[in-house]
Amino acid sequence: MALLEVKDLDVGFDTPDGEVKAVNKLNFSIEPGDALAIVGESGSGKTQAVMSMMGLLADNGHVSGQALFKGEDLLKMSTAELNKHRGREIAMIFQDPMTSLNPYLRIEKQMIEVVRHHQGLNKAEAREHAVEMLRAVRIPDPERRMRQYPHEFSGGMQQRVMVAMGLLCEPDLLIADEPTTALDVTVQAQITHLMNALRQKSNTAIILITHDLGVVAGLCDRVLVMYAGEAVECGSVEQIYYEPKHPYTQGLLKSVPRLDQPLVREMHAIPGNPPNLLALPEGCKFRDRCPHAFAACKEEPPMQQGEDGHIFRCFLGLST
Amino acid sequence: MNDRVLRVQDLGVDFILREGGLFRPKTHVLKAVNGVSFDLNAGETLGIVGESGCGKSTLARALLALIKPSRGRVLWLGEDLNKLDEEALRKKRQDLQIVFQDPLGALNPRMTVRDIIAEPLWTFFPKIARVQVDERVRGMMKLVGLLPNQINRYPHEFSGGQCQRIGIARALVLNPKLVVCDEPVSALDVSIQAQIINLLKDLQRKLNLSLVFIAHDLSVVKHISDRVMVMYLGRSMEISSRDNMYTKPLHPYTSALIKAVPIPDPKLARSAVDTGLTGDMPSPLDTLSGCAFHDRCPFSVKRCQLEVPALRRMENGDWVACHRAEELDLTIGKSG
Amino acid sequence: MTKRADQPVIDPFEAALSVRDVKGRSPWEDAWNRLLKNRAAVYSAYIMAFIFMLVVLGPMLISWEPDFTDWDHTYSPPSLQSGHWFGTDAVGRDILVRTLEGGRISLMVGLVATIVSLLIGVSYGAIAGYFGGAADRIMMRVVDIIYALPFMFFLILLMVVFGRHILLIFIAIGAVNWLDMARIVRGQTLSLKNAEFIEAAKACGVSDWAIIRRHIIPNLMGVVIVYVTLTIPQVILIESFLSFLGLGVQEPMSSWGALVSDGAQDMESAPWMLIVPALFLTVTLYCFNYIGDGLRDALDPKDRP
Repeated sequence: MALLEVKDLDVGFDTPDGEVKAVNKLNFSIEPGDALAIVGESGSGKTQAVMSMMGLLADNGHVSGQALFKGEDLLKMSTAELNKHRGREIAMIFQDPMTSLNPYLRIEKQMIEVVRHHQGLNKAEAREHAVEMLRAVRIPDPERRMRQYPHEFSGGMQQRVMVAMGLLCEPDLLIADEPTTALDVTVQAQITHLMNALRQKSNTAIILITHDLGVVAGLCDRVLVMYAGEAVECGSVEQIYYEPKHPYTQGLLKSVPRLDQPLVREMHAIPGNPPNLLALPEGCKFRDRCPHAFAACKEEPPMQQGEDGHIFRCFLGLST
Repeated sequence: MNDRVLRVQDLGVDFILREGGLFRPKTHVLKAVNGVSFDLNAGETLGIVGESGCGKSTLARALLALIKPSRGRVLWLGEDLNKLDEEALRKKRQDLQIVFQDPLGALNPRMTVRDIIAEPLWTFFPKIARVQVDERVRGMMKLVGLLPNQINRYPHEFSGGQCQRIGIARALVLNPKLVVCDEPVSALDVSIQAQIINLLKDLQRKLNLSLVFIAHDLSVVKHISDRVMVMYLGRSMEISSRDNMYTKPLHPYTSALIKAVPIPDPKLARSAVDTGLTGDMPSPLDTLSGCAFHDRCPFSVKRCQLEVPALRRMENGDWVACHRAEELDLTIGKSG
Repeated sequence: MTKRADQPVIDPFEAALSVRDVKGRSPWEDAWNRLLKNRAAVYSAYIMAFIFMLVVLGPMLISWEPDFTDWDHTYSPPSLQSGHWFGTDAVGRDILVRTLEGGRISLMVGLVATIVSLLIGVSYGAIAGYFGGAADRIMMRVVDIIYALPFMFFLILLMVVFGRHILLIFIAIGAVNWLDMARIVRGQTLSLKNAEFIEAAKACGVSDWAIIRRHIIPNLMGVVIVYVTLTIPQVILIESFLSFLGLGVQEPMSSWGALVSDGAQDMESAPWMLIVPALFLTVTLYCFNYIGDGLRDALDPKDRP
């Protein structure tokens, strides 16, 4: 059975300017130990999709569809039931560690609280476990640093503490929302390396939400590309990077500046602007910016099946 | 292309931080910029890279005399900017402009696009006719890729990339000679980043601008710079031509930075080499002896701990601050 | 999320160049639209408008003069036959017309004192906050010192020296109220000062005074407006309090506070003398508070940089 199966997920928000459809009929699944990247830019809906599964949606949001975690629908659970899963089986790391850690509590307290709550260890055992975790994420001198407050750590170290906290209970699924975006590139490399190692050790599945295609290439097995709230392409990391089928994916890959390629006179850019969720076009949401758009694109494009589970939502290549 | 327009000599910016209670007050001196020197020629782009805490944003503001430096000089066309009186400095600002990191935050939310772009015009040409202003503003909007009929709109009605275009239009409206870009694309989506970088390059060619392009993303910097300066903890570690730096960097930190950049290619990424960096960046408040990088450098020796390496010129014209620069071979692609 | 000026920047660009200018939607318009959705604020505004009209036009339309003493109908309760719809007071003056006239004074005090405090407070606070340093320290110490002075003592002193002139009351109240406004404006200025668009203005060579005028003050106005709508009831209440103590307006002029004071004395025998002005006063205060709350929600800080 798949660890997490998302079916027809819809997320919308009521705003003064009208209804915003942040996520539109999203479908994907994850097996245990898998590493899936959800890639998209602003307006893609990648963060909202995951927030809705974790019960962290804003008050004016509403969600429909199914998110089956080990067979149970997360969307139908009450907060109390969700809490049983959150932290223990599903852990989440956010983008900015500074706002995720409580500045008034020592790290020790924050970590121990999590372990004791979920695994029922006594204080001494919990503390030992936490120290080991800090050591695993390469925080030097962990016993001493546990007693410190978040502001005494650098940004990179804070994020490592977050990873440690996320993995304390050895969750089955770790959701990381842009974990390295706010970090320097050298620290980013360390965290990615760390997540990889930990994943292999405890077979934790990872959902990595990001717009950074470099990080994805180093960490993930499969990639789901989102645009304007919809999944536009999904496949293995090799399929996506070497044989992208959707024009958005192609454009995205081409516009990422790469160190290992010779310079071009002009960087490849996707023309136009990110989608305005209040005024989405009919049919294919990408057609205003697509170099290959043609008449049929005014209709909703079908999800085509490529080889080996590679799917993409486009009219191109369809035999009429 | 060989006329020097900007010369920075041994620039330093210190911040005094007070902490401690009533009985044991401590003052720390934060040397945000600590002895940076470089030249810039007309029509050239100097990229400045570094990680957080390296002082690049402080440097950007010191270059434009928005912050008063504690030491050193900034010579624009031969004149020391900090020796000028207020009025003279104000006049110089026509030539020296800046584009900020936060596209929306850099625009006054209560002003229309017209007012935002026209403000520099009113400031320096108070008697200018409305019609002329309007014409010039529309011309600038076209130049940066904005539709002139949007001229009455407000910043919150635009996307991030468009806001950045407005910021660029404002910076260019007075025909400046130097534009400092402080992380102008960091807050933008990847697909939009490419648009803005192309725009900047295009404008540089058309208007013969000199650019100082500050970023933390090495790949972006590579695309736009002629030369690149690498900063670490307020000091410049290396200033090399772009081609040299990305093939054979001279400083171990540069090499580590380049190796740390994730390549968007699964096969290459999996076989990526370890950066070789150990530990974390020290706090900028700690005063280290010797080379600022010695405690994390895989090549450091005793001398590195004791003596601060000076920025010196190598045979190929590039500059590096490392005692062992001649011995080390940091060619990218070679392991070890 | 707001509607954005999305236009593709490729081929349609040339075609679109000839299209007419699009109208912009300023943050004020957005705030206004939000305000209109707040029912409590909108109804309060209607009620206030109604009271305002009554107060301005009422005394002209009602047949009774405010100082006309109807000796046949002293202390008479509200009745339609006597013509005194809201009753009379001890000397037979019509309560309604007295209340409306009193309303003129109360509202005027509220407005004038607030305008005074606005003009002084905003400029003082913006200058202190923007320039900072020694100027800021001195200016705020002055505010602290004045704040520490006992208001009542100060007022009584003024009354004794200059007599109980209505203008004096305006000035006295305004002179104290600007202190709060100055503090609030200074606080806002301090946080605005660090905004990137202020730095951008400096980099463009804009002078300090122009920055204060064009960038700081317009972005303060949200907070100031909210504060003003909450100050007006405060001022009216202060004036009422003063009148209640006997320090406010002098006969034959009256204000709601003075009327409440008079009415309170005859509360048991002629309750309408108290109820009518008290009702007007209370409704006005509530309305301003609801409007102020509505404005605060509409001008929500998360909208600003």
